[in-house]
This record gives sequence, C-alpha cells and structure tokens, in this order.
Amino acid sequence: MTIAHDITLNGPAAPASGSAKEIVRATQLKTHFPVRSRGILPRTIGYVKAVDGIDLTINAGETLGLVGESGSGKTTAARSILMLVRPTAGSIEIDGQDITKLSPKQLMPVRRKAQMIFQDPYNALNPRHTVGTIISAPFKVQNVVPEGGIRHAVQDIMKRVGLNPEHYNRYPNEFSGGQRQRIGIARAVALRPKLIVCDEPVSALDVSIQAQIINLLRDLQQEFGIAYLFVAHDLAVVRQISHRVSVMYLGKIMESAPRKVIYTGPLHPYTHSLLSAVPIPNPEEQRHRTRIVLRGDVPSPIDPPSGCVFRTRCFQAQQKCAEEVPPLIEVAPDHLVACHFPVTVDDLPATLKESQRRADMGPQAEGEEALDLPLAAPGGSTEIHTPHA
Amino acid sequence: MIGRLTRTVDRISTTPATERPFLSVNDVSVSFPTEDGLVQAVDHISFTLEKGRTLAIVGESGSGKSVTAQAIMGLIDRKTANVSGEIWLNDVDLVGLSSAEMQALRGRQVAMIFQDPLSSLHPFYRVGDQIIEAMRAHRNVNQREAKREVVDMFKRVGIPAAERRVDAYPHQLSGGMRQRVMIAMALINSPDLLIADEPTTALDVTVQAQIIELIQDLQREFGTTVIMITHDLGIVADVADEVAVMYGARIVELGPTETIFNEPEMPYTLGLLSSIPRMDIEVAGRLLPIPGNPPSPLKLPKGCVFAPRCRYAAMTNGLSETVRPELLPSGPNHFVRCHLPIETRRRITGEVLATLAAGQNQ
Repeated sequence: MTIAHDITLNGPAAPASGSAKEIVRATQLKTHFPVRSRGILPRTIGYVKAVDGIDLTINAGETLGLVGESGSGKTTAARSILMLVRPTAGSIEIDGQDITKLSPKQLMPVRRKAQMIFQDPYNALNPRHTVGTIISAPFKVQNVVPEGGIRHAVQDIMKRVGLNPEHYNRYPNEFSGGQRQRIGIARAVALRPKLIVCDEPVSALDVSIQAQIINLLRDLQQEFGIAYLFVAHDLAVVRQISHRVSVMYLGKIMESAPRKVIYTGPLHPYTHSLLSAVPIPNPEEQRHRTRIVLRGDVPSPIDPPSGCVFRTRCFQAQQKCAEEVPPLIEVAPDHLVACHFPVTVDDLPATLKESQRRADMGPQAEGEEALDLPLAAPGGSTEIHTPHA
Repeated sequence: MIGRLTRTVDRISTTPATERPFLSVNDVSVSFPTEDGLVQAVDHISFTLEKGRTLAIVGESGSGKSVTAQAIMGLIDRKTANVSGEIWLNDVDLVGLSSAEMQALRGRQVAMIFQDPLSSLHPFYRVGDQIIEAMRAHRNVNQREAKREVVDMFKRVGIPAAERRVDAYPHQLSGGMRQRVMIAMALINSPDLLIADEPTTALDVTVQAQIIELIQDLQREFGTTVIMITHDLGIVADVADEVAVMYGARIVELGPTETIFNEPEMPYTLGLLSSIPRMDIEVAGRLLPIPGNPPSPLKLPKGCVFAPRCRYAAMTNGLSETVRPELLPSGPNHFVRCHLPIETRRRITGEVLATLAAGQNQ
C-alpha cells in the first residue's frame, strides 16, 4: 500500500519540537469494569471493556487530541492515565516513571506533574470554598511554598488566566461558566505540571466563550511547555488545539495521525464517517458534501463484535473483518491505522458507490435485526449521500 | 372547529387573513418578575415564516431562543410571566388563547422536540403508551388502531424492531432511540409546525446526522414547517432556509441562510462566525474570540445589547450605549439591528472575512 502524505506541520501551531521528550507513554493499556450478577452472591458475569489495549505517547509541549463517540472509552482512557481509575493491565509512564504499580501515597509526587481539567466547571469546584482556597489547594496539598507566599502566587496565576486577582475571596457561584473554567485551569497550572489531561474542557461553554478558553490553553502551553491530553467529541475544537489526533471506538484506537492528516487524509472508514457526520458552517459546501450516515448505535462494550469492533457499522466490512482483529500499523510516518481495508480520500467516492451497490443488492445482515426503514436506505448498515445537484 | 374559527375571526384586527404568512410572530416580549428584578427573556421580537420552510434560531444560553419557542408552544405560565405581542399561526393568535384552547392546538398544529429526551418522557410508562395518549388527546381512535399507528411511526423514524420497542420503557432505550421516540411523538398527529429545541445537543455526531436527516426527510414528506433552535452553526448551514440570530433577548440579525453566512452585518454574527473553531479548514494561529461575557437578562445594556462586547461600538459616537437600535432592513429579506452605517458594516465584514480567509492555509 502506498499512501503519499505531502503534509508537513507548519505555522505557529506546530509543537515545540526539537526537544521531543516523552511525557506520557501508555502501553497496551486496558481498563475493564466487572459486571456483577444480582442476588445474594454476586458473581462477575462479564466485563465492560472500556479501554481495551491502547498505546499512546505524548511529547513535552504537545497536544494529543482523543476523539470518539460516547462509550468509546476516551474518558476512561484519560482517567486511567492519571490513575484516577486503576487500569486492569498495561503500563503508564509519566515522565519516564511507571506509575501503575504505585500506591496512592507514592502517586502524590506524580500528581504534581500531571493535572486535570474537567468538563463541567460547575461541579468541579467546591461551592463553599473561595477562589483563593481552590487555586491554592495544590500548593497546600503538595507542601509547596512559592516565593512571595501562596497568596501572591495564586493572584499571579489568576491574572495569567484572565481572572481579576481582586476576586480572590469570591465564591464560584459569583462567576460565569467561562470564568469558572478559568478557575479550574488556574488550579491545574498552579504547580506548572508537565501534563494536563483536559476532559471536554469547553463543551459546557457557550460558543463565544469556547474560543477564549481554547486560546488560553494554547497560550499556557506555549508559555510553560505543558503537554495536553485533550479529550473531546467536538472535532472542530480538537482540530484547533491538537498536534496529533487519535480516534477511539469501543475501547480501541482506530486511527492516529498528525492533525492535518486526520482531517485531510484519513484512511480508516470510521474516521471518514465521523468527519462526514459533522455539519460544517458553510451552507454551500455543507449541502453538497458526500455524507456517510452510520446506522444504529455503538455496540455494547460488554460484548463487542468479533474481529474489528467497527465492522457492524462499516461500509468496508468483509468476512476478514469478523475473523481477524486488525492491528494498528504504521502506514506512513506517525500515521497509524487499524483496518484491513483502509480507504484514501481520493478512493472514497468510488468505494462508497460500490458499497451502496452491494447494499442495494439485498440485505446481508447477519445476526442483526432486519431493519425495515421506509424512509431510510434499504438494507446495509451505512447510508451514503452523494451530493444531489 | 368552526366555533373557534369564528371566534378568532373577531380578533383579527390589522391584516386580512389571506395575506398573513403561516407563522407570524409580532412584537412578542416575555418577562419574568423575580426577587432580583425583572428578567427580560424575550424583548420585542418579530419574524414571519412561510409554510414548509425552516427557520433556525441561533444564540447562546440566555439569549432567549428557548423562551421564544416556549411562547409559541404556549408553554409559558401566565401566573409567573408576562407575555405580550401576537403570535399568529394559521390565522389564530396563540397569545390570546386560553390554556384549554392552546391544549387543543398543541400536538396537532404545533409540536415540539426537546433537548433532553430522558426528562421529557415519563419513566414509569411504556413509550408506546405515552404516544398513544398524545394521539387520543386529539383523535378518536381505539387502542389497537392507535398502537398500529405508533408502530408504523416508529418504523418511519428508524426505530428497529418497532413492534417490541413500543412496549419498552424509556430507560431501556439509547439516547438516539429516545430522541426518535420524541420525534415520533411530535409527529404522530402530523403537526403543521415543528419546533426542535436543540434536538441533537445531547447526542453523538453520528447519531446527530441520523436525526437531522430524519427531520429533513419528514419535512419533505409532510410539508412541515420547522423552527430549529440551536447554537451549532454547522446544523444551521445544513438545514435552515432563514436564520434569526438572537442575543440578549433580541433578534439582532435576520435573513436568508446564505446572507447570514456570507454577508453578515451585525458585529455579533460576524464575531460568532470568526470565533468558532472549524472542522473543515485549518485555522492558523489563534482564534478571534468575542471578548467578555453575554449580558445578564436581569440588567440588559441600555442601548445596543451587544455594545459592551462590540469592537466597533466606539464608531457610533456613543449612540450604541444610549439608544436602542431597531431591526432595520439592509437588503432583500435581510434585517440588522446595528447603529453602524450600512457601508461601514459591510466594509468591516469584508475586512474580517478576508483576514479570516488569509489565516486559513487551505
């Protein structure tokens, strides 16, 4: 297979390269949650394989975007990397140190290097604590006394993230959503960590505020060289902030590549589908795009499909996909794909037409409920919309 | 029916019935008196919509877009809120109706899809029974026929195994399926006007694509008029014929979709378009955010509601701080609420869009 990428990362958004020091390395990370039967003697009857063997690395000063639908395991993966959820198997190295074997007490110094920003700025802050108390908590927990005292340091950070330092004694309820997220960010950067895991940090905010927060996160990254693991479902936000992007589906990484490659030259059918599902704010283009509409929902992670987990909704699915798990292989520098039948952007229209033709020939649903959808496409798990003139 | 028509005919005052558009919202205001003062949720808004068209109402939280929808649905409790103005739907003024009269219209003429299907479905009742109840409120059908019709509707909205799913409880369905149930419920009495309030915000993009397409298919088939309330400009670009941009309880710009996206004139619309991250283009460097925060509906700015955040407010010689701008025509079907002279607005738009295009290296 030959795939040409004439893509180079350029412009101000490029990572602080040169010092490509690894901050995070997760290897074959698995986080499974047991499912117990009800009754007097509960037995484990299965596992929710939320994260099922993922590998990822993040370099200093770099942002890795982790995207996927709900249930894809992206949040569990993020939490596992900070050991907020104990992984079932695999290793996680933060700044060169394997942290999976550490006790909660031994983890304390690691927490100084790795922080988190949460989705909901309303629930992530204790309403009974003042902003000053909230942002100074990391100093107190870690026993760090900054030069000039904690209060001075906290007010410095407040100024840096765009809060008024005079609001030191105010309570979270006196702030708007965007400002609360700034408080959360101030707390996370207080100790100058090397890594911040951001779990949907802007999805609860209004659109006009999102841009402010995205800019702030980028500025802080450039100033302090922080690496971000940026978990989000909004592909536009991820494109704006990430250097590299990994796409997850049912606990596995489907495709991983530099930002521009994911958005302009993806190879995995799932990435194609995901990108085509996002409506773009341009009426002429949006109404003339080829759209791949996936049918149905994400299968249950308790009993994922055999072989490739995406095959039940995939327009490329063939017999091989049910039998063999596709390995995540490097098809071009830094571009990894887990698919038996990857498709280039150029080949996509022809492939979709062919798949539509096969679907029209008759429903080949195996073990699935035959869908009777008068308004939807006949048979098949995918529907393709080529632009109508 | 005849009784109601003759009664409403008496109320028709200004325009003859034949000339009135399908939906005409006339100078509608909604305010809620609270302990902290009067919350002005909707401030004198007006728009019209022809049959079969789709209007998108765009705005941030607190801009009044959902309250506008609730006012049209007659869901605002008159005991706790003041509603004024006229909402003409099919030559009936909805604002003047009693709650019993409104109830007779609701579901049959206007129906609504809510953002969160879980809180809009009763957890104790089977989804099929909830829809049958909505059906029998308007039509005299027996249980068996009603159920058959619900199964048919479930199939149309793309619920697999519809015969089994009608007997399911809401918690047994996934988010996408629940939203389909809501859509089925809204459409069961084939309403003339469908209001969708952020119908896909709680859903994944792949499911969102299914739902949006479903609404469009059904609209094509039944000729339903749709009001789509959303903050997602991608969805607006996808479905809308016309767009109303709301900010601080007012409509600040109103026009055909292409005009709003390609030649916006209100600095807020322009700010929104230039501040959103894009999935389809590479934006080099930083985004251009709108500074500041949206106004509190408790104390809306005195002049132009957007003035405190507007980069160009200084160019109006203080007018925007003191005088409330009107929503005035700027082009064909295009209305803008802004003190800046038309030429200045167009020049600014041209400059900002050019800068934006230059920043996109693709």
